[in-house]
Amino acid sequence: MNKPVALAVAEIPADSDFDGAPATKVRGYWQSVGYRLRHDWVTLGFGVIVLLIVLAAVFAPLIAPFSPYAQSIIGRLKPFGWRGHPWGTDELGRDMMSRLIYGGRISLMMGLVPVVIATMIGGTLGVIGGFAGKVANTAIMRTMDVFYAFPSILLAVAISGAMGGGIVNGIISLSLVFTPAMCRVAETATAQVKNLDYIEAARASGAGTLTIIRHHVLGNVLGPVFIYASSLVSVSILLASGLSFLGLGVQPPEPDWGLMLSTLRQSLYVDPLGCALPGIAIFITSICFNLVSDGIRAAMDVRI
Amino acid sequence: MSATVQAKPYVDGRDRGGAAQPMLIAKELQRHFKVKGAGKGAVVRAVDGVSFTLFKGETLGVVGESGCGKSTLARVLLHLVLPDSGDLVFDGDTVGETRGISVADLRRQVQMVFQDSYSSLNPRMPVQDSVAFGPMVNGKSKAESRRIAQDILVKVGLRPDLFGPRYPHELSGGQKQRVNIARALAVGPRMVILDEAVSALDKSVEAQVLNLLRELKRTLNLTYLFISHDLNVVRYISDRVLVMYLGQVVELGPAADVFAKARHPYTQALLGSRLSMDSSKRIESPPIVGDPPSPINPPSGCRFRTRCPHAEAVCEAEMPTLGQWEDRSSHVAACHMTNAQSGHSLAGTA
Amino acid sequence: MLGYVFRRILFAIPIALGVSVVCFSLVYLAPGDPLQTVLPPDATAETIAIVKHAYGFDRPIPVQYAIWLWHVLHGDFGRSIATQRAVTLEVFGSVANTAMLALFAVPLSFITGYSMGALAGCYPGKIMDRVVTGAAVIGVSLPNYWLGLVLVILFAVEYMVLPASGMGQSGSAAFVLWHWSDAQFLVLPVITLAMIPIGIIARTTRAAVADVRNQDFVTTLRAMGLGEGAVIRHVLKNASPQVLAVMGLQFGYLMGGSILVETVFTWPGSGFLLNKAIINRDIPVLQGTILALSLIFVLTNLVVDLLQAILDPRIRRA
Ligand SMILES: Nc1ncnc2c1ncn2[C@@H]1O[C@H](COP(=O)(O)OP(=O)(O)OP(=O)(O)O)[C@@H](O)[C@H]1O
Ligand SMILES: [Mg+2]
Repeated sequence: MNKPVALAVAEIPADSDFDGAPATKVRGYWQSVGYRLRHDWVTLGFGVIVLLIVLAAVFAPLIAPFSPYAQSIIGRLKPFGWRGHPWGTDELGRDMMSRLIYGGRISLMMGLVPVVIATMIGGTLGVIGGFAGKVANTAIMRTMDVFYAFPSILLAVAISGAMGGGIVNGIISLSLVFTPAMCRVAETATAQVKNLDYIEAARASGAGTLTIIRHHVLGNVLGPVFIYASSLVSVSILLASGLSFLGLGVQPPEPDWGLMLSTLRQSLYVDPLGCALPGIAIFITSICFNLVSDGIRAAMDVRI
Repeated sequence: MSATVQAKPYVDGRDRGGAAQPMLIAKELQRHFKVKGAGKGAVVRAVDGVSFTLFKGETLGVVGESGCGKSTLARVLLHLVLPDSGDLVFDGDTVGETRGISVADLRRQVQMVFQDSYSSLNPRMPVQDSVAFGPMVNGKSKAESRRIAQDILVKVGLRPDLFGPRYPHELSGGQKQRVNIARALAVGPRMVILDEAVSALDKSVEAQVLNLLRELKRTLNLTYLFISHDLNVVRYISDRVLVMYLGQVVELGPAADVFAKARHPYTQALLGSRLSMDSSKRIESPPIVGDPPSPINPPSGCRFRTRCPHAEAVCEAEMPTLGQWEDRSSHVAACHMTNAQSGHSLAGTA
Repeated sequence: MLGYVFRRILFAIPIALGVSVVCFSLVYLAPGDPLQTVLPPDATAETIAIVKHAYGFDRPIPVQYAIWLWHVLHGDFGRSIATQRAVTLEVFGSVANTAMLALFAVPLSFITGYSMGALAGCYPGKIMDRVVTGAAVIGVSLPNYWLGLVLVILFAVEYMVLPASGMGQSGSAAFVLWHWSDAQFLVLPVITLAMIPIGIIARTTRAAVADVRNQDFVTTLRAMGLGEGAVIRHVLKNASPQVLAVMGLQFGYLMGGSILVETVFTWPGSGFLLNKAIINRDIPVLQGTILALSLIFVLTNLVVDLLQAILDPRIRRA
């Protein structure tokens, strides 16, 4: 019998890194994402605008020149700069700028809260569905498929329309709209790693299901879920303002961009510019979130 | 390596039956997988009645073509995949029985190194955390686990300060496989299943890792189940060899015997294909012809008969059994030719 | 293939049933007694009794659902609270009007979006790509109802070249597509409606094309000496399943998501009907419209999946 030639190799020195040069830089996934983001000027720039919008909304009482609720019968629909109102007044004589600044609070909340709720519920369901057995998976995913079978605005309108308007109902219906897609993203990401050997190896080390999910699954699910969630914020802002525009979301006299658009619409012919302002606010916020989300996706979509 | 680790005599607090009691006895293990789209009730007979004994301190090599059920057998042994039927006795205790050993306990004593060195490490974790994960989930503190991980990394020949903080994609194939070995050893197992642990490595690295495995086995008193399709490697590292074909054991015996005088035509063919380069040593049987039959509808009787040069009527009618075997030195094969009473025309010649 | 078609259709049935359950339960989402939501506020005791019996509100909920579904399967969605007309008639007429918008918005958005995306994907990083990517982001970030208002300000108020809203004096019954006097009412709503799908389709096409271009087989094609035009044809063909999937979704959205645009232009389509139903709390109409629109959406998805399977044989085996 011939001796296996390739195996006739001398003993290996104990603690040298014999096969491969030492790596000079040690960098993990999140570090490399951070590095990419720091060097992406477009995303950084729009991120700063998002930050400014958020700050303006948070500190609205300090910035806004007037109360967003104070009406004036004589000062309706006045142009820019009228009696110290930098952006004029609305159809009830309320200061436009203050209403837009305060409106940012509600509009941003309506953009973020449903996404956060949907991420938590959908993400959890998706991880369970992806990791659990066939029965649980089928039950969860087929239920989600039903809600997925509605165009999103239609589902939001249906639920809000049936439950009635209001911020809370709006948040509930938008959360419901986003949950199925979130669940799918989380389920796909979970199922991808579920059968990889390192999960088996972790099980073989004696780890329980929850420990495995925490240490080995979440890290792979968080990325795609976060990317998707960031892209939903702008959608949520648009849908929420759409609901308000239809009279289903925020109710008067609260300042909300969608609602302002809807009430100012009556004075379209008198004050076209004033009517355009809330729309510009929605547009700028939504495009900034979109571009930041694109940047995050580009930075996080790295194979390692 | 010998400078850092002293060779210990064979003592292990967890050893229950002494050196004479086998480490692991598999009895008629069976695992079938349902397959979709191949008719109702169709199953892949991945592991189909496998019995063998693994003695303490030995290395049992498992060889067979791709798809013959080697990995499934390994997973069944760790209960990562539950067997449909059959028993598993670890150091005298039946696995999963109330008076036997629990699966959790089994997994503390038996570990596995997986086939694919890339997918068996979490890409999002520094390798030292991957290694420390096992001790951590087995109740060790964070600091203690990390210390164990560092020790083990040294043992597998990787400097912890240099390699510990790296991520898997920053390691070469050989380094990754060392980390995988470290990950398995960190739990402190008595037995390690190595599923194609060196198959993905190139030849020189393979030799280094094989030598490392031998060294670790000696210093840590390990027992190996070594799965590979590379006969040279199995010959090099194994004390005994088990040959699988379509989910069944066809031959089992001391490595030297099996390689010198294979009794089953399948083993002969495997060896023949290996040695066909060397004409002076060519075994007198043709290399294997054709693809293995489908594990979904395996042939009746002897599963190898469709490719066997000596197939006769009896091979189709009756499934040959693995002969009686008693100890480490017995050499048995599931072939009618090994059984004088089988009615095969060549009976008793093998 | 036939097996796949069969399985896919079988798969759509439980989805459609689930959708009907959701629509049915809208009655119970509404605050207050479900009976009130289907009754006019000034209903007499006699009417209440009749309606109660007709809807079976005294029975257990699953039975109510079965009765409702039975009626729906016979094309009976009940009567509108506001108009007392059969919901089926109202829904049918309005969906036809929405389909008329989609008839123009679909080719407009598909052709524009696809060509933009394909161009950008073929020249990644070039000026063309930047312009398209920017325009597409704007498209998906625009609140389309606001865009509608802006277009009205520009073309109806400032320049007065196009009508601001509605379907013309003759209304939907006598609308004649090939008379400019009627057709001009379509222009602004169609453009507004197409904006978001253009953005989404352009983005998807660009990503799909750029993705395919990076695959090994493209390099192989080039190495084989294929001309750039032929390579691009191969790339576009390979990107088509992804693009098709998104187009299908967008078709569904154009049919079911036009509520905001229809409201802005008071276009008497399904979205406008929905809006009226919400204002009037006309739950039967709400249910009927939503069920009809979502079933169209389910059907679209079914057709798209089958088309994709024709284009991409791998899908059939999955
Ligand atoms: N989870 C599973 N579900 C269905 N079939 C499976 C599953 N795991 C393995 N099989 C089938 O069981 C058979 C044996 O597979 P196994 O992975 O054990 O082979 P192997 O001997 O390890 O092959 P290789 O040398 O290629 O690793 C194959 O036919 C495989 O398709
Ligand atoms: Mg294997």
